[in-house]
Amino acid sequence: MGFKHKDIIALRDLTKEDIELLISTAESMREINSRDIKKVPTLRGKTIINLFYEASTRTRTSFEIAAKRLSADTVNISPSTSSATKGETLADTALNLLAMKPDIIVMRHAVSGSHYFLSQKVPCSIINAGDGAHEHPSQGLLDMLTIKDKFGRLDGLKVAIVGDITHSRVARSDIQGLTKMGSHVFLAGPPTMVPPGAERLGNVTVCPTMREAIQDADVVIMLRIQQERQGKTLMPNAREYSRYFGLNPENLKLAKPDAMVMHPGPINRGVEMSSYVVDGPQSHILKQVENGVAVRMAMLYHVCGGELAE
Amino acid sequence: MNLLIKNGRVIDPSQGIDDTLDVLVENGLVKEVGKGLKAPAGAETIDAAGKYVVPGLVDMHVHLRDPGLEYKEDIVSGTRAAAAGGFTSVACMPNTKPVIDNKAVASYIIAKARAEGVANVFPIGSITYGSHGERLAEMGELKESGCVAVSDDGKPVVNSELMRRALEYARGMGILVISHAEDLSLVGEGVMNEGFTSTELGLKGIPSAGEDIATARDVMLAEYTKSPLHVAHVSTRGAVRIIREAKARGVQVTCETAPHYFSLTDEAVRGYNTNAKMNPPLREADDVAAIKQGLKDGTIDAIATDHAPHHIDEKDVEFNVALNGIVGLETSLPLSLKLVEEKVLTLSQLVEKMAGNPAKILGIDRGTLKAGAVADITVIDPAAEWKVDAEMLASKSKNSPWLGEKMKGGAAYTILGGKVVFKR
Repeated sequence: MGFKHKDIIALRDLTKEDIELLISTAESMREINSRDIKKVPTLRGKTIINLFYEASTRTRTSFEIAAKRLSADTVNISPSTSSATKGETLADTALNLLAMKPDIIVMRHAVSGSHYFLSQKVPCSIINAGDGAHEHPSQGLLDMLTIKDKFGRLDGLKVAIVGDITHSRVARSDIQGLTKMGSHVFLAGPPTMVPPGAERLGNVTVCPTMREAIQDADVVIMLRIQQERQGKTLMPNAREYSRYFGLNPENLKLAKPDAMVMHPGPINRGVEMSSYVVDGPQSHILKQVENGVAVRMAMLYHVCGGELAE
Repeated sequence: MNLLIKNGRVIDPSQGIDDTLDVLVENGLVKEVGKGLKAPAGAETIDAAGKYVVPGLVDMHVHLRDPGLEYKEDIVSGTRAAAAGGFTSVACMPNTKPVIDNKAVASYIIAKARAEGVANVFPIGSITYGSHGERLAEMGELKESGCVAVSDDGKPVVNSELMRRALEYARGMGILVISHAEDLSLVGEGVMNEGFTSTELGLKGIPSAGEDIATARDVMLAEYTKSPLHVAHVSTRGAVRIIREAKARGVQVTCETAPHYFSLTDEAVRGYNTNAKMNPPLREADDVAAIKQGLKDGTIDAIATDHAPHHIDEKDVEFNVALNGIVGLETSLPLSLKLVEEKVLTLSQLVEKMAGNPAKILGIDRGTLKAGAVADITVIDPAAEWKVDAEMLASKSKNSPWLGEKMKGGAAYTILGGKVVFKR
């Protein structure tokens, strides 16, 4: 069965088979990335617009490299250089971009659900590079690929996600993807950062403490804490947060001995994770980044119909 | 111009009537309600067999957007929407441009409605000057110029001392205060009800506690100052409970809810549907059940639409950017008739909540078919089946969550002062 979706907006919209297909395609894309000449003509002649309404270095770069390795032409548009500051609506911006006949628009936007809105306005494919606190499907997929690399499977694992679940699109995509694949997700964070009904998002358990979440975990995913966002009413300060919800070599011992540690980046060293863990043997953070390119190549490839030009 | 409405099921709770009767209208007034009435020479006759004949419906909470925001709605289109929905009277909220905080704006609305409208329009003045929440508006003169209540609807009076003084001052002027109960600090940047749906959609939530707390404050201030208070658009189970308990203690509090709060839950937001975005937001199933219970046990006195027209450019945008509110005048009746079907209300109770009670709360001489009353009458066809179609809506704005859906029941005739202003 092929990939039937024109857009990839949320892992919630995909089936287990869709996710398996994307991950297995990403695995084969990785081979290209290890070649001396890292380029195939698969998407030659296709135009991809990276429309980033929020600042992003790693995701935008990763999508751009993914597109270029598949020989697509890419254009980057970000708010500071676009008409967004002049008050143009998203719909108008999209229609103007559409006049340039792109095949795919990769968008990051601060408003949850804005990709569904965009999708109603334009016929080209839409890939979500992050929308508000909703989803970040490429991150969810690359997290799963990284986990599969280590354990060879995505079912039956205990995965802990620790931090600000409420405001995290990464957490939502990880939860959607991992629970669909048959793993059990354990969430922990101060109750100010755990949204109502989180336990109903899938096979999810909300833990009262971080200790319970990471106990015997196979995977520990730490989320970024931002003093600017969470510092006002959600926690007293980074110091106290770090004490109760930070990952360090001591509490990491609670997880399984071969547990892997991940983080979507950028990391606040010493806040959600100690440097000893970030740079330690159990950290898979840089592998996540590496897998990001392969996963995004797979996403671009499949929304374009999954036909090889070769 | 005389009119005889024959053989309808006449329901007028103000006289305890629910029977197959005729209604005779002479010179714009109800002449008589009785059996086998004869049409005087030259009178028009409406055969209302199989239909309900009720006092003209009163919507005590609409936004007509006139003056200043006529691109969304104006008094002509708004009253046409009212007539099409079976409403002969509407009370319009003061968040126009300029705000109804002085006699000139109130007088403009009344004059324009009289000249060009097809429903009675009763303006509601603002509580505070410009609805800025800083100092009291001229409530005495607002009342004299025809305002039937005061409200800063759209936002709460944040300052508790000012709200206390507003209640006291309004009592002295004999004008009702209508509370928009919302704790803004809890609402924050929320865009929908806080719950599982907001969690899954990744949208910022608005906790129901924000409405509960603000309702409790205003009820307590009404109790303390011994002043009447009306609470607008009740949407939470907490607010229903607070008002029920206050009524039991003898506090002079009344309240309304809107059809969307007993017809939809926050699930309607799925798909990031901006036509399901309003304030207060759609709540959860338990809240809907509590709203129905409140209607049933009399805690909720009135059904009002909170008709809030917005231009497509204000709704066809990303969810967070979309303005709050939906049009409601033309869908209220069929949605409310469902309450009768579901046995939440008797027909007579429904008519009370859509005509008699709102008229009573606002102190207007409507909502009855007593001999001598102004002949504002709605003939309801309970069997009419129709589809909510943007093209067909009389309102200038089409922001309804029921677009494309089938409705059962609606106004067959809307009669204003003895004159048919709408006919299905």
